Amino acid sequence: MRNALLALIPALMAAPVAAQSSSGVTEFTLDNGLQVLVREDHRAPVVVSQVWYRVGSSYETRGETGLSHLFEHMMFKGTERHAEGEFSEIISREGGRLNAFTGRDFSAYFEIMAADRLAVALELEADRMANLQINAEALSTEREVVLEERRLRTDDRPEGRFAERYAAIAHPGTGYAHPIIGWADDVAAFDVADLRDWYDQWYTPSNAILVVAGDVEPEAVHSMAQEYFGDIEGREVPTVHDADNLQPPGERRVIHRDPQARVTQLRMGYEVPSFPTAESSRDPYALQMLATILDGGDGARLAEDLVRGSGVAAAAGAGYNPMVRLDGEFSLFGVPAEGDVEAVETALREQIRRLQETLVSDEALERARSQMLADHLFEMDSVFYQAMQLGMLETTGAGYQTLNAFEENVRALTAEDLRAAARKYLRPEMLTVGIMRPADEEDAG
Amino acid sequence: MKRLIAAATLILFSHTGGAMQADIQEWTTRAGTDVLFVERHELPIVDVRVTFDAGSARDGDTPGLARMTSNLLLEGTPERSAGAIARGFERYGARVSTGSGRDTAQVSVRALSEPARLDPVIDSLAEVIARADFPSDAVERVRRQMSLGLQQAQSSASALAEKAFMRGIYGEHPYATPPGGTLESVDELTRSAVVDFHRRHYTARNATVSIVGDLGAERAEAIANALSGALPAGESLQALPAVEPPASARTIRVPLEAEQTHVMMGQPSVRKGSEAYYPLYLGNHILGGGGLTSILAERMREERGLSYSSASSLTSGARRGRFQMTTQVRNDSLQEALSVMRDSLEAMRVDEPAAQRLSDSKRNITGSFPLQLDSNRDLLGYVATIGFYDLSPDYLEQFVERIDALDGEAVRSAMHEHIDPARNITVLVGPEATINEAE
Repeated sequence: MRNALLALIPALMAAPVAAQSSSGVTEFTLDNGLQVLVREDHRAPVVVSQVWYRVGSSYETRGETGLSHLFEHMMFKGTERHAEGEFSEIISREGGRLNAFTGRDFSAYFEIMAADRLAVALELEADRMANLQINAEALSTEREVVLEERRLRTDDRPEGRFAERYAAIAHPGTGYAHPIIGWADDVAAFDVADLRDWYDQWYTPSNAILVVAGDVEPEAVHSMAQEYFGDIEGREVPTVHDADNLQPPGERRVIHRDPQARVTQLRMGYEVPSFPTAESSRDPYALQMLATILDGGDGARLAEDLVRGSGVAAAAGAGYNPMVRLDGEFSLFGVPAEGDVEAVETALREQIRRLQETLVSDEALERARSQMLADHLFEMDSVFYQAMQLGMLETTGAGYQTLNAFEENVRALTAEDLRAAARKYLRPEMLTVGIMRPADEEDAG
Repeated sequence: MKRLIAAATLILFSHTGGAMQADIQEWTTRAGTDVLFVERHELPIVDVRVTFDAGSARDGDTPGLARMTSNLLLEGTPERSAGAIARGFERYGARVSTGSGRDTAQVSVRALSEPARLDPVIDSLAEVIARADFPSDAVERVRRQMSLGLQQAQSSASALAEKAFMRGIYGEHPYATPPGGTLESVDELTRSAVVDFHRRHYTARNATVSIVGDLGAERAEAIANALSGALPAGESLQALPAVEPPASARTIRVPLEAEQTHVMMGQPSVRKGSEAYYPLYLGNHILGGGGLTSILAERMREERGLSYSSASSLTSGARRGRFQMTTQVRNDSLQEALSVMRDSLEAMRVDEPAAQRLSDSKRNITGSFPLQLDSNRDLLGYVATIGFYDLSPDYLEQFVERIDALDGEAVRSAMHEHIDPARNITVLVGPEATINEAE
């Protein structure tokens, strides 16, 4: 049984044209440095177009926080050729959808269109890559919009307030310590010159990746990219300096008493390597599988032991995302069933100790492997997510070829590998513990 | 076993130059369950969803009962514990989930299509939907989880607004009940009520099976038979009562200390299958359903910087759905926001939309239809809706044609007739001083 699943995946990957790499991705680079990645998926007459820039909140220092995100909003404010609002109107009229998102490691802009409308999207994206207009009036309106967004997501939500305090302690001194949306005082202070500088520094073909996924032919996309983006001049981008952290940082605790929180929550995070920072390329897969062993589903350990077994937690989870530019986080969370957050913390630490001391059973290993391989395949159902994956892998520095290695690495992992990774990375001196309590709740001990 | 093919419809989208086909096969199993099936062989995966008429509209006087039943569905059978059931799916890489809303409760599974991996997953699915036995310890655990979720929602402005709005527009109708129940009702739900709810609602006649993916009709039929054959036949449920629109306009104020006030404004809309749905859909798209280019986004966000998100939405269900406008604004701008929203809605009722807006919206709706069907998951959602609400199998194609045929006067008169400001319910969630001052 076991081998039947494994046989499916290569068969699927091999389906597209011979010129492609085994990941089903075709890559081109224009003379100005623009990288073009094409993923063919002919299931529906639809195309996803995403332009990714290698800049995000982790590129900002204090005084600049939130600049990437505010700038992303300004990208909808028009060019000489297309007035404010016209971009959205054209895409909408052509039956498309569009939006943009800013992360810690990237700023990305996307359109989803009928496949034969791709040129419409590329023409508009190329135009705003080179010809954006930034004026004071548009900035002052958009700043208000962003401050409203901050109130909505963070200032008015207990979970938002907790998350900002947790990140500030969990990632001290790095670009991950401040929120993507930025500190409100920084956002309030930006002027037109700050935004123009940001545009000049980062928005150039040599710092961008065009990802196109869907019902398209790679060569046709290549010539379209050349036609619309080919004449934009490529500039050098600044060298990014990421601070060296204290290693190890030491165990930290942050207790947030929130006046509006009603439910106590626990979050624990170990600072661990990511795809680009890992010394051994296998370690991120081991960490992913450790998260699956703990929380791959309701049959996994946290649900079995903490939620149903001892019942100490009403909910518990684990997760790890290797697609980040700096070091990542192996995260655990729990909601105490009866308010006893210390008992949940003890139980989660006990789970980590068990991973470090005892080899995972063959059955659990095989189950986790089946889940990871199946999930990897299920992800291919979404054309948009396929494009997202490529963009994230490129902007974080891992490279889209990482996708090729997934299956082999997951298959190769042994129980010994998992125990070794747990011992190497899930150490107390790498840990941050965050607790949010209702303000009026007593400490349990 | 003989398969009863009631209909086989080919959906063809060619409005945007590309063509897309989804061949929906429909039949009824011997046990009386309607089945919808779309064959898609590009990926070696299969999605199956069983939808029951078992949402919170069936809660009666015990809010949260349908949700608790759905949450407990995978928590044990006479033969297997919750953990054993979950691992029974996980060892084959399958993902299973349950969910419930106002009209429906559903259980969905996504699995690999290879028979040796799919068959045991379907067996597990049939076992849990028919033989869930709701162990007492699981009832207590799920009660605790639901209760913590409700406590957490008390500090969420959007959750408070939603609850007050639904109570406001639906009054005594079962749709007014929060699907997650209330702190008081969840405390009082009993295991025997759950067992009884399951027995009456999770039946073959009350179920629809939707299947999308990498398999032929014969295997789809076997899956549908295995699922429906495991269920008791059951009896037909009573139709839900009609929705009485609010007698008069009203403002509901919910105090919450915050920098923003959340606004929700609207009223019951129309039911699925109503003729008015099409012009209202188009009107809503122009007003606030079309993203950044809609009137509300332009006036509230682009022109005034009042909010991050200002939108309207239109839903329909077995009974009247809802029309609503939603925004969040800093407290000192609340009155201005309310004026802009009311004026924008009123203009839609009085004047035909500008010709350019009308044609842009029509082009967006008809042109973007394939976008909503570009994955197996999306297709599953659509066929499940078609199946549950007993819509015509060519509903999607008809939808595009109907929108295309509308003119500005059709939109204006539908908005005028069905969205009456004299019945609008306005919910304000924010600091007491702010919401008490606003009109």
